[in-house]
Amino acid sequence: MALETIQIQDKLTETFGSTVSDFNQEKDIFSFEVAADNITAVILFLKNDPLLRFHFLTDLCGIHYPDNDVDHQFAVVYHLHNWYENKRIKIKAYINGENPEIKTISNIFLSTNWMERETYDFYGINFIGHPQLKRILNMDEMISFPMRKEFPMEDSGRTDKDDRFFGRTTDNY
Amino acid sequence: MSELLLPPEHRYAKRIAAQLNEDGSELSILNLGPTHPATHGIFQNILLMDGERILEAEPTIGYIHRAFEKIAENRPFYQITPLTDRMNYCSSPINNMGWWMTLEKLLDIEVPKRAQYLRVIVMELARITDHIICNSILGVDTGAYTGFLYVFQFREKVYEIYEEICGARLTTNMGRIGGFERDWSPKAFELLNTFLEEFPAAWKEFENLFERNRIFIDRTVNVGAITAEQAMAYGFTGPNLRAAGVDYDVRVSQPYSSYEDFDFIIPVGKSGDTYDRFCVRNAEVWESLSIIRQALAKMPEGNDFHADVPDYYLPPKEDVYHNMESLIYHFKIVMGEVPVPVAEVYHPVEGGNGELGFYLVTDGSRTPYRLHFRRPCFIYYQAYPEMIKGALLSDAIVILSSLNVIAGELDA
Repeated sequence: MALETIQIQDKLTETFGSTVSDFNQEKDIFSFEVAADNITAVILFLKNDPLLRFHFLTDLCGIHYPDNDVDHQFAVVYHLHNWYENKRIKIKAYINGENPEIKTISNIFLSTNWMERETYDFYGINFIGHPQLKRILNMDEMISFPMRKEFPMEDSGRTDKDDRFFGRTTDNY
Repeated sequence: MSELLLPPEHRYAKRIAAQLNEDGSELSILNLGPTHPATHGIFQNILLMDGERILEAEPTIGYIHRAFEKIAENRPFYQITPLTDRMNYCSSPINNMGWWMTLEKLLDIEVPKRAQYLRVIVMELARITDHIICNSILGVDTGAYTGFLYVFQFREKVYEIYEEICGARLTTNMGRIGGFERDWSPKAFELLNTFLEEFPAAWKEFENLFERNRIFIDRTVNVGAITAEQAMAYGFTGPNLRAAGVDYDVRVSQPYSSYEDFDFIIPVGKSGDTYDRFCVRNAEVWESLSIIRQALAKMPEGNDFHADVPDYYLPPKEDVYHNMESLIYHFKIVMGEVPVPVAEVYHPVEGGNGELGFYLVTDGSRTPYRLHFRRPCFIYYQAYPEMIKGALLSDAIVILSSLNVIAGELDA
């Protein structure tokens, strides 16, 4: 019996109530949002529940939304995959922009150890409880978190690449 | 000695101070890499050694980090393909096609069957070159140079096919949204057929050189073994996971580009050691050859090589000079002014080393809002310290090359 998305949704709302929300089918991936405080519980549940069995974590990454309100300025995105039923889900947890922190899941999925380090490295998201949260791809001496939107990739004084000429504003990221 | 290298509070320093062997010898630190010919790329591992045995390893990565994700946020979609080339540069067409398929998923573009089959052919060729490199270099690391020289000329033959398809060899930048930039020339098919005739005999001979070779078996069996549970916990995918006995393959679990039309098996190993990884890759080459033959045999008639999507696919150059519509489309596409929905997509393909995923977030502008590459090497390389614990130094080299960690993909 194939695992239906409605079963996932029912099971999660039954267990976690309103902390899981915004269920929708995005192209081929079923996705939803989880309140950041609950992320470890939800992921552990998804992994261990005998019906859901999302036993493989495909991907973890961060996103920066500087235009959102302060509580939704960063998001951590988790892609989980159930190989038995061949079902993928995407979980998004929004976190605060001033003090971005979320609990680590590296004790649930070993593979997220470096992925969380990478997210920390580029976004400065603090994964509470991570065994070795330090920079991974950039050098240790670096002080900025370069994937945040406020860091321009190129010299912002350049005039030859002005997006205004193409009907866009200069703060088009 | 050790206090010259490490601050006294470092965990290695503590361990060296705590453990003095009975014969008066002490643990030592060895800096493996970053640029050592045996590591095939820029990887640094600081090893804590007891004689020849590795007790602990601390990898440092990021030496060739080029901030592709940041660059991608500032480039129109078609300019991101050259970035994907440079991740796993041993099989860049797979990366290119994976990226185009991500965009096609985003834009709901249906690619004609013939173009899909052509993509399958070029992706399987890329898989073959990837495995040629991994397995023959593994041979070199165990002391067998001949096999490497012998099969490497066939990588050259494959590059000639790429050259005929897209003009480039290593970093191919191949394809467009909806298909290929031009139809494959008869010469490309000719080269492909010659390759299909000549390569199997050479690959068979390569296998014969290694599979029952006493020295090779001694160097690889039970070296760097990883169990299926551990491998999955560490996020292994691809041949390295299949060597541990798990038959997960994106081509089968989520067929893309018409992989469901072809009949092939997923080779699996048993023990997850270096020898099994070698054998799985060998067997995959045979499957890839079979897929290419099937694709050629089933190739639909006609000359469709791209989807009919004028919004995204560059018009023929001669039309641009003589036709107003084409000129407009050409200008808009080159400037990146193409209509893009606000959406999030994730598209996985089976890369040379495992599941290569593209997570794309768009906000309707001409660049991605966020693009994250799920790079299989980055994810499974974190198991390396665990895999070499207790192994000999020479085994560590062999394990590294059997994992086929590609520096470009590791560091992105």
